[in-house]
Amino acid sequence: MLIALYIMLGLALALGVLLGYAALKFKVEGDPLIARIDAILPQTQCGQCGFPGCKPYATAIAKGEADINQCPPGGDAGVHALADLLGVEYKPLNAEHGQPKPKSVAFIDENTCIGCTLCIQACPVDAILGASKHMHTIIASECTGCELCIAPCPVDCITMQPIAETPDNWKWKYPIIPIQAVALDSNLR
Amino acid sequence: MNRSPYISGAPSVSTIMLKVLLALVPAIITYAYLFGGGILITLTLATITALLAEALMLKARGRPIQPFLSDYSAVITAWLLALAIPPLAPWWLIVVGTLFAIVIAKQLYGGLGYNMFNPAMVGYAVLLISFPVLMTKWPAALDIAQTKLSFAQQFQFIFNGLLPQNVQIDAVTSATPLDYVKTQLTLRHDIASIIQAPLFGTLGGKGSEYVAIAYLLGGLYLWQQKIISWHLPFGFLGALALISSLFWLVDATHYTSPVFHLFSGASMLCAFFIITDPISGPTTPKGKLYFAAAIAVITYLIRVFGGFPDGVAFAVIFMNICVPLIDALTQPRVFGHQK
Amino acid sequence: MNALVSLGKIFRFHGGVHPPENKTQSTQLPIGQLPMPDTLVLPLRQHVGNIPKIKVQVGEHVLKGQLLAEPEGMVSAAVHAPTSGTISAIADAVIPHPSGLPDHCITLTPDGKDTWIAHQAQDWRHADRKTLVDSLRNSGIVGLGGATFPTQIKLRTDGKSNVDTLIINAAECEPYITCDDALMRERAEDIVKGIAIAQYLLGASHVYIGIEDNKPQAIQAMQLATKDSAIQVVVVPTLYPSGDARRLVHLILGEEIPHDKRATQVGIQVFNVGTIVALHRFFDHGEPCVNRIVTVTGNVQTPQNFEVLFGTPITHLISAAGGKKPDTTHYIMGGPMMGFDLPSERVPITKAANCIIAASPNLFAPPPQPMPCIRCARCADACPVNLQPQELYWFSKSDNFEKARDYNLFDCIECGACSYVCPSNIPLVQYYRYAKSEIIASDKAKEAADIARERNEARLARIEREKLERAQKHAERAQAGKADLAKTESAPKETAATNADDAKKAAIAAAIARAKAQKLAAQQAGELPKNTAPTNATMQQEIAEIDARRATVGLTETEAPSGVDTEKQDKIAAAIARAKAQKAAAEAAKEKSAHAETLKKD
Repeated sequence: MLIALYIMLGLALALGVLLGYAALKFKVEGDPLIARIDAILPQTQCGQCGFPGCKPYATAIAKGEADINQCPPGGDAGVHALADLLGVEYKPLNAEHGQPKPKSVAFIDENTCIGCTLCIQACPVDAILGASKHMHTIIASECTGCELCIAPCPVDCITMQPIAETPDNWKWKYPIIPIQAVALDSNLR
Repeated sequence: MNRSPYISGAPSVSTIMLKVLLALVPAIITYAYLFGGGILITLTLATITALLAEALMLKARGRPIQPFLSDYSAVITAWLLALAIPPLAPWWLIVVGTLFAIVIAKQLYGGLGYNMFNPAMVGYAVLLISFPVLMTKWPAALDIAQTKLSFAQQFQFIFNGLLPQNVQIDAVTSATPLDYVKTQLTLRHDIASIIQAPLFGTLGGKGSEYVAIAYLLGGLYLWQQKIISWHLPFGFLGALALISSLFWLVDATHYTSPVFHLFSGASMLCAFFIITDPISGPTTPKGKLYFAAAIAVITYLIRVFGGFPDGVAFAVIFMNICVPLIDALTQPRVFGHQK
Repeated sequence: MNALVSLGKIFRFHGGVHPPENKTQSTQLPIGQLPMPDTLVLPLRQHVGNIPKIKVQVGEHVLKGQLLAEPEGMVSAAVHAPTSGTISAIADAVIPHPSGLPDHCITLTPDGKDTWIAHQAQDWRHADRKTLVDSLRNSGIVGLGGATFPTQIKLRTDGKSNVDTLIINAAECEPYITCDDALMRERAEDIVKGIAIAQYLLGASHVYIGIEDNKPQAIQAMQLATKDSAIQVVVVPTLYPSGDARRLVHLILGEEIPHDKRATQVGIQVFNVGTIVALHRFFDHGEPCVNRIVTVTGNVQTPQNFEVLFGTPITHLISAAGGKKPDTTHYIMGGPMMGFDLPSERVPITKAANCIIAASPNLFAPPPQPMPCIRCARCADACPVNLQPQELYWFSKSDNFEKARDYNLFDCIECGACSYVCPSNIPLVQYYRYAKSEIIASDKAKEAADIARERNEARLARIEREKLERAQKHAERAQAGKADLAKTESAPKETAATNADDAKKAAIAAAIARAKAQKLAAQQAGELPKNTAPTNATMQQEIAEIDARRATVGLTETEAPSGVDTEKQDKIAAAIARAKAQKAAAEAAKEKSAHAETLKKD
């Protein structure tokens, strides 16, 4: 009788130690669900969803505090991906949070910039280069197009420029087959 | 517009379908010669019904009518169904079957290219379940029938159900060999004595064996024209021969020979014209072999142990369900990938 | 293996098609030379990889073979002047690309003298391999078969590759194209010399030349030229796409290059004959890559092969071939299986241009209306990669990209054999190109999002750190302040701080005023800098929205920089308000004057 008790106690102890060790050894940083939601979000950090960045929005979705259709930069595809991940019904983007726009990058007009650093402080991804009283410039390749730098600029020198199509980033279009024969190349006429 | 390749070396869908129809012609001629012209009436009825149903459905679905009517796929469905049902059945039977095949099994699934099941076999199965008695009234071959009906008399019978005076229905119809074997076996006869009956020929049923040979020839033409791949007929006939040989070798008194199975019922029609429907079949070479072999095995089991004389339609429909799975499991090795 | 090859053993690949060859039209005449065109337009991107860096200026006079742009980064190729002349423009121009979009180009106006820059042959047999390969970097040589991969990359002697087999791709399997055929017929000796160089650079012990059996004269010429060497001419059956490198390797060696490896990684290197001749010109004559052989065929009066300087406009080439026939609708670059419509007849010949076909509705009928896929699997039978095109089509069509990738979409070589045999006339390759584009774009977007996430996290961490540091400093100062307080008064210090703030405020206000003045001046001068144009109502509204958004989510607080307190922000806001008022006033005034102008005119 006593032996059984000891065995159970011993087992409990051993398993407890094992579990405790495993908890330390295989500790999961943060909530993996949040990370998975965050992986779908476009990381523009624009705050259009009503949260100060993509991670906070992901956290809110995971907690059920936010809907999945509040991210215009993610577009319809993003809502679909979120709906798939969370196993919920797809719903169209909530217009309150804005409409999807073509991907753009910010551009600073160098003649007007007064070097106030306000945009640098606003940029969520540190994509603006410059120092106080020196002209600022956008690192276009890092710019997420969040538009957060536009409002703080005291002289309105920042504009959003849609990314132009070049042979480099050009994409093949979905095939649409005309029923009629193709018109002749206008250049040849 | 960029659309390379700019050249095309393919026969059109219409050409392919026309060749299939052409390959059926020898069998139809043989059929009409041996069993009377009734089959031509059934074929005409089926063709007209199919084209009308297809046109109406295309219109209702808002699709262009001309390109889809001229692909002849509806005509193939109509012909296959007409060849599968008894030619002396009342006119409305083939009409109902064709309507079901085209409207429900084909168009409601999305039309050409989207039907999951072989439309002709769906039409056949519906008729077999709904009108089992009519579906077993097969005409006897003219040279063994007690009374030979002329074309006009067959016409009368199909449209009015009227036979010439003093002619009983049994005088113009007979059981099919498969049916006969089945009923006789339940009466404790053995195969050797059963096949002495007049409706048996050398290979299969009297008369119908020649039709089967005509199907075989038409099928070989399609294979030569590269319209069907060898995998399907080979898989079907091979597996049917194999499984029937097994049973026959073990007990020849209760199981008919493989030759009989190959040339009876719808075996040849099935091997070359029904399971070769690409839309409802698998696409990988291995998948085709498995698909065809499975149909053969199921057909044999239904023929020998099931409640129906022939099992082609049910076997085909059952295997149609398995097509996505077969395709997914039989993906061939891609160039440069691990063996 | 060698024994098998010499016995003429060929290892067939799965699928393939045999379209009408249409090659004899352009081989009736020998390779022709062109008169000098009026201008040469040289796209900077004529190869796979980075855009090279421009080394010349507009107005500069350059000599033939002079370096115009040098390679930048590892995978890049140089661009040379194809003739002597003056650089007349460096600007965007339409290039031969399926997109029809313009790209960076250098325009050269020839002076007609065709004067070479000083150049000399290299004694490559006695030179270090590494130096030779390095010198290739400025040769401008890229894969002239159409892949345009910079050649020096394929010859890199970094010790990692151990190439022992060199395969010369002379299969030229696409219909109409005969530039390699012509090259072999007329310049077999040059090819053999080029092979010797490539063989030396690679250290390859076996060399095979793969030629399709529809080019008997080329085969004869190559056999004659190689009869004293160990080079083996392998005749392969005419079956498209035998000229695809992986297919050719399989045909000749019976070896499948693993899908995730390059040929070099399994000890095989494949070069096009054109590239081989370019190597010969570069090492034995010191000439960089400035021209190539181009087939001009199709709907022209006299189809022929020409030796063409890069940058030559297509029109120039067409008139040399007797001009286009009247029913010509447009031009195709490449063959009828893989080529693409040229956006204009003004586009230049580039390193990738092996063939120009004048197209007419007679030659290439407009595609019939596609029918639904009937799953006949003819495409699968024709696919040289043994893919299941009908499945890929289905996945691509329904944007099911993940599934398409699972079914090895990226192993597709876009050869077009599937579309060629499709009875339903479905443009299968178009669907694959579309799906590939979309997948590549979404992969890039994903990568960008990952970087953005990282940068955002780094930034948040930095802000956190700074906050902590500040708090610490504050605490320290408070400690020190307490001690100070005992000794001195704090009032002067505060005044100083306010003074400093005031100074800052004044400076910002002044700067804003300056900027506004500048803007105003620009406006009055009539030329608005395009992105400082007066904000219209919608834009104002947008800005207001963004402001509101920022306020609600509390970005303004968290983003508040370390040194700026609320007071300072207020001041800045006031300054902005002032500036905006100024701007509004100025605009109003301008509008008024404009109004007055119109009134006057009336």
